[in-house]
Amino acid sequence: MTASILFFYMFSGIMLASAFMVISSRNPVHSVLFLILAFVNASGLFIMSGAEFLGLLLIVVYVGAVAVLFLFVVMMLDVDFVELREGFLQYLPIGALVGIIVLVELLMVVAGWVAAPLTAGSTAQPIPDVNEIRNIEALGNILYTDHIFFFQIAGMILLVAMVGAIVLTLRHKPNVRRQDITTQVGRDPKTAIQNVNVESGKGL
Amino acid sequence: MEAIFEYLWPVIVVFGQSLLLLVALLIFTAYILYADRKIFAAVQMRRGPNVVGPWGLLQSFADLLKFVLKEPVIPASASKTVFVIAPILSAVLAMAAWAVIPLDQGWAIADLNLGILFVFAISSLEVYGVIMGGWASNSKYAFLAALRSAAQMVSYEVSIGFVIITVLLCVGSLRMDDIIIAQQTGFGTHYLGMGSSFLDWHWLPLFPMFIIFFISAIAETNRPPFDLPEAESELVAGHMVEYSSTLFLLFFLGEFVAIILMCALTTVLFLGGWLPPFDVWFLNWIPGTFWFVLKMLLVFFAMAMVRAVVPRYRYDQLMRLGWKVFLPISLFMVFITALVLQITGWVAA
Repeated sequence: MTASILFFYMFSGIMLASAFMVISSRNPVHSVLFLILAFVNASGLFIMSGAEFLGLLLIVVYVGAVAVLFLFVVMMLDVDFVELREGFLQYLPIGALVGIIVLVELLMVVAGWVAAPLTAGSTAQPIPDVNEIRNIEALGNILYTDHIFFFQIAGMILLVAMVGAIVLTLRHKPNVRRQDITTQVGRDPKTAIQNVNVESGKGL
Repeated sequence: MEAIFEYLWPVIVVFGQSLLLLVALLIFTAYILYADRKIFAAVQMRRGPNVVGPWGLLQSFADLLKFVLKEPVIPASASKTVFVIAPILSAVLAMAAWAVIPLDQGWAIADLNLGILFVFAISSLEVYGVIMGGWASNSKYAFLAALRSAAQMVSYEVSIGFVIITVLLCVGSLRMDDIIIAQQTGFGTHYLGMGSSFLDWHWLPLFPMFIIFFISAIAETNRPPFDLPEAESELVAGHMVEYSSTLFLLFFLGEFVAIILMCALTTVLFLGGWLPPFDVWFLNWIPGTFWFVLKMLLVFFAMAMVRAVVPRYRYDQLMRLGWKVFLPISLFMVFITALVLQITGWVAA
């Protein structure tokens, strides 16, 4: 039992520390890298609490795909750090105000949180039991039966977002010479090579 | 005292196993490197490494010494911490995935229920070594190469994911051992009435996916003919331009361990892992590790031949192949496979 406690404090300690570094480090690329470290440690916590599928999915989706895009964008930015720091005092009051409001709201939510009486005994135990059913099956059983409608709606929204992004960014420039793969593959020696008998001293 | 020992014993066992696997893996990598160079040389009618040790067998170790003894050069304007972390990350991640590869039945350090997803997660992290290395070098060439490489790895990961899903549909489990055991019965036993043999393995019913996985594995690990990010002759190793000595060695090692990992993954998914090619007593008597390594070597030999024979792709053709050819085909095959399994009632429980 001690080992799991040790690991819990390690994961959560590193996660909190790197979350703090995300907002405090001066270089935005370092911020994103710390964000990734926080994700990885969060997935460690997921795995520790028996939700190994969610933990690995967090790594595949957030760290492997979303954070890569983040990193791309941040690396491409040409940020002048001195300029970035100039308006700091000017924006401090409004930033602090928003921060305090969020903090108070979070505290209100946490303080007013009451577990439903029916689930009171089972909050510490996942349903169904981890030992009986693998949690990828448990998730699938719920996702594709009870919540299939929401699942499909989410899929449609993603599809629309993807089509929208492509429509917004796709430009057909008329002057660009493009390779037509079918013509390229369809070429054979008959159409591509021409034998010419060149008379000596005359050229073509 | 007794209690502490009881408690520490599993830790010591796992540590010992990991160390053993690591040493075996690194020596194996050294000889895979040697084999790669020998095969490449043989195709070009050269002799390849032949000076250090008998038949050049110690060449890789000489290279190791050379790398380690050289002076590490860190560019003055580099982001030093990230610059050093990047190669370490890429080597460590490549080796970490080996924890779940079963070399024989039950012979994995961690027998995870989600073994294949673990490997997929780890290999999706490998792109960070490349991006961090390219960015931290603070050089335009390294940075552009890192972007190219990352785009390539992310693109081919998608089709690898779909191929894995197709196999999982046929197996019904994400455990590595279950995937291999599921290949004991299949095409050969159901249709030809034979005993368990190599015709039961997934390569036959899922042949198109086998080919797509093989090509995607080559592209994912930046091997020729898809080595555009680091084309040695023109781009002087892409994102590794600024690296030297041990740090470069770690990048190089990570890359090769990842290549062998892809060979192992092909073996597990399509070539029946540690299963012998025929279910007869004297082949069953040979330990499964032998068959596993033999199949891995076969896949690697194919990769080495591809490297030696096929000319390099152009970058836009590479991207076209990934997104416009492999992605639609593999997505379509997921549907087809699910449909066939559902109609014929072969769905794995």
